[in-house]
Amino acid sequence: MCLAAPAKVISITNSTAVVDYNGVQTTTRLDTLTEPVAPGDYVLIHTGFAIRRLSAEDGEETLKLFDQLAESLNDSAEATDSRDS
Amino acid sequence: MTQNNDRISPLHGAGGAMMGQLLAEHVLPHFVSSQVGRINLSDMDDGATIALPSAGELVMTTDSHVVKPIFFPGGDIGKLAAAGTLNDLAVMGARPLALSLAVIIEEDFIISDVDRIVKSFADTLIGSETPLICGDTKVMGRGEIDGIAINTTGLGIADPAIGDAGAVAGDVVIVTGSMGDHGMALMAAREEFHLETELISDVASIWPMIRTILPVGGIHAMKDPTRGGLAAALNEMASKSKTTIELNQPAIPIRPEVQGLSDMLGISPLEVANEGKAVLIVSPAVADQILEMLRKHPLGHDAEIIGHVGGEYPGRVVLTTDVGGRRFLDMPLGDPVPRIC
Amino acid sequence: MARPFQLSDPVRARQLADAIAILAPPTPVKIVHVCGTHEMAITQHGLRRFLPENVEILEGPGCPVCVTPTADIDAVVQIAEAGAIVCTFGDMTRVPGTRLTLEQTRSKGCDIRVVLSIAEAVHIARETDREVVFFAVGFETTTPMTAAVLLDDPPSNFSVLVSHKKIPEAMAVLLNLPGTNIQGYLAPGHVSTILGLAPYAKQLDTFKIPIVVGGFEPLDILYAIALILRQIRDGVGFVENAFPRAVSDEGNLAAQILIETVFESTEVHWRGIGAIPDSGYRLRDEFTQFDARQRFQIEGETGDEHIPGCRCADVLTARATPADCPLFGTRCTPLSPVGPCMVGSEGACSIWFRYGGRELP
Repeated sequence: MCLAAPAKVISITNSTAVVDYNGVQTTTRLDTLTEPVAPGDYVLIHTGFAIRRLSAEDGEETLKLFDQLAESLNDSAEATDSRDS
Repeated sequence: MTQNNDRISPLHGAGGAMMGQLLAEHVLPHFVSSQVGRINLSDMDDGATIALPSAGELVMTTDSHVVKPIFFPGGDIGKLAAAGTLNDLAVMGARPLALSLAVIIEEDFIISDVDRIVKSFADTLIGSETPLICGDTKVMGRGEIDGIAINTTGLGIADPAIGDAGAVAGDVVIVTGSMGDHGMALMAAREEFHLETELISDVASIWPMIRTILPVGGIHAMKDPTRGGLAAALNEMASKSKTTIELNQPAIPIRPEVQGLSDMLGISPLEVANEGKAVLIVSPAVADQILEMLRKHPLGHDAEIIGHVGGEYPGRVVLTTDVGGRRFLDMPLGDPVPRIC
Repeated sequence: MARPFQLSDPVRARQLADAIAILAPPTPVKIVHVCGTHEMAITQHGLRRFLPENVEILEGPGCPVCVTPTADIDAVVQIAEAGAIVCTFGDMTRVPGTRLTLEQTRSKGCDIRVVLSIAEAVHIARETDREVVFFAVGFETTTPMTAAVLLDDPPSNFSVLVSHKKIPEAMAVLLNLPGTNIQGYLAPGHVSTILGLAPYAKQLDTFKIPIVVGGFEPLDILYAIALILRQIRDGVGFVENAFPRAVSDEGNLAAQILIETVFESTEVHWRGIGAIPDSGYRLRDEFTQFDARQRFQIEGETGDEHIPGCRCADVLTARATPADCPLFGTRCTPLSPVGPCMVGSEGACSIWFRYGGRELP
C-alpha cells in the first residue's frame, strides 16, 4: 500500500512545491515532511504529499549496500576455502 | 423560432436546406476533390464510385470513435478517426483508396468545433493522399448523445493483404516507435489530475511510413496496438499463430514522460493505446533492413527490435524484465485506473 | 529510459540472487510481505525466478483496498445516493459493497470522482456548496495526508469517511493465527518511511523472527530477501532496515505528529480477517465535525458474506496463494471477481491473474 515515486523539486512556494517526474510536472504538498527541501532535491511523493527527501547520492549509497553484502559472502566463502585447504 | 447560428440544431441533420448549408460552409470546403472514381463527394449523390485497380485484394475496415476529451494534446477526434482507419488499412498492407465519414452530433454542439474536427480529419487524409468520397450527418437531441460520435469506413488495395496471424518461429518483432504515448497523454490531460507535460498523443497516419517497407517483403504479421496497447496486440498475434512471442523489456522504447506517468499512476505503458505506431513480425532475413528503413522515416525514428518468436508456450507472450526476471505478459483487462498501492 | 533511483541492473540482480542462494537454508522458508506494491514489483519484474525453489514469498493483508470492510463501501454508496460528491482513489471504485460498487453507483447517476489526492477533494469542496466526502482508505503512508488536510482549515461542506488502518498490528495478528507459519516478514517500505522502525519492534519483538524493511526497486526487494535469509541462517530475529535511503529509525516525525493530533487508535474490521484491536484510526473528538459517518448518520453492521469456495480469507492471511483457491482463474477472474482479493487491483489474486503470478515461464 505504498505507491510513491521520487520526483525532482523544481520550485517551492510556502509549503507546496512544483516537482518533475521525468518531464511531467505537478505540485505536491510539503507539510507532511519533517526536513526542509530545496530545488534540485528529490522527494518521495504519495498521493500528492511529500513523505521523504532523497538526495541524488542516496541511489549510489544503496548500491554500495548491495555490493557490501556480496563482498561479505565472498569473504566468508574464501575464509572457508582457506581453512579447508 | 430563432436560430442560434453558432450551434447545431436538429434541422442540421434533417436533410434539407439547413443541412446543405452546414455541409457547404463547414464540411465540404475542407476536402480536396477526388479523382478516384467517376462519381465523388462533390456530386453529393447517394453514393460514390471507385475505379478498382485490376490486381490485389480489396480491404475494408470500419471504426467508430467516441473519444473524450474531443480535443486532446496532439490531436482531436477528427484526426483520431482519420488516422485510425488509415492505420487499420496500412497494417493490413493496404494502400488507402477512399474513406467515408459519418457523424452524429448532439444538438447545441458548437459549429466552429465541427469545423475544427472536420478540418483535422481532412488534413490527415490529405497527408496520406486519400480522398473522402461519401458521408452522412445526423443530429440527436440534447443529452441523447454525448457531444459527437464519428464512424469512418475505409477501403484499400493490398497485394497481398497482411494479416495478424502469420508469425512463425524465428521471426523478429519490431515496433515502429515509443509505446504508451496516446493513452498516457490522455490520462495526463485529465483536468482533475493537475499534471503538466509536453507529452502529446502520437496520433498520426502511418501509411506514408508503412508504404516504404512493404516492397521489402517478409512481413508475416502486422497490427496497430490501439486499445489494450502493445500487450493486447502481441497476445492476439501469438494466440492466432500459436507461437510464443518472447519480449525483451529493456528494448521497448518508452518516452521519459510516459515512464514518469507510469510510476506516478501505477499504470503500465504496455497496456495503453497507441495511435501512430505499428508492431511488425518479420522474417529474420529482412529485419535489419526493415528497421533501418523505418528509422529513416520521421514516424519511425525510434523503431526498435523488441523480441522474437519462439514456440515454448504456444499462444503466450513471455516478458524478460528489465532486471532479468521472466514472466508471462497476458491480455490486459479493461481500462486501467490510477492506483495508490 | 532510466528514471531516478532506478535499481534494476541485471548484473547486480544476478549477484543478489547468488547471495540468496548461498544464504538460503535447505529447508522451506516462507516470507510474507504486506504491501500491494511489493507484490506488484515482485510479479511484474519476475523476481520469483531469482529465488531457490524452497524460498517462498507471498502477500498477506497488504492491500488496503481488499481489506476495506463491506460496511465502509456501503456507507460511501449511501452517501453518494444522498447526493453528496464522493471523491475516491481509483482502485476503490470496483470493490463491491453489499449491493453496488462505486463504479456502478456512478453509472446510476451519482457524482463519484476519482482523485489522486485528498487535496484535490478539498479543492472540489471549496468550489461548490454541495457536500463533498473523501473516502479515506490506506495504511500509515496515506493517513498523514488526511490529517494534514483536516488541520488546514477545510471548508465546512467537506468531510471524510475514515477507513485508515495500521499494518504492524495486523502483522502481529497473523503470527498468532494457526497455520500461517511465517519465518520472516518483508516490511513495507513507504509505511516505514512514516513510522520508522519502533512500531515493528513493539508489535513483533516477542516473535523473534526477521523483520526487514524493504524498498520497491527490484534490487531493493532481492536485497531485503537476502537479509531475511541471513538472519535465519544466523538464528536471529530483529528489525533490520534494508531501505535506509527512504527510512530512518525514527521515521517521519512531522507525519507522525499529524496522525497523532487528528486520530486515535481503535478496533476496526479487516475484510477477510475480522476485528483487530487498535488496528485502525478514528477521528479524535475535536475533529468529529468532519466525520462523514456522523454527518450522514451512517449506521452499518460489519460482516462479510462468505462465498462457498472463496479462499480470500486464507490468501489475505498468507495461508494460501491465489493459485490454491479453487475459484482462481475459473469462476473468479478480474472481469467476474468473487472475493476482494481479485477485485482490489492490488490484491494478490488480481495481481497474479493479470501479471502471470500463477505460473512462471
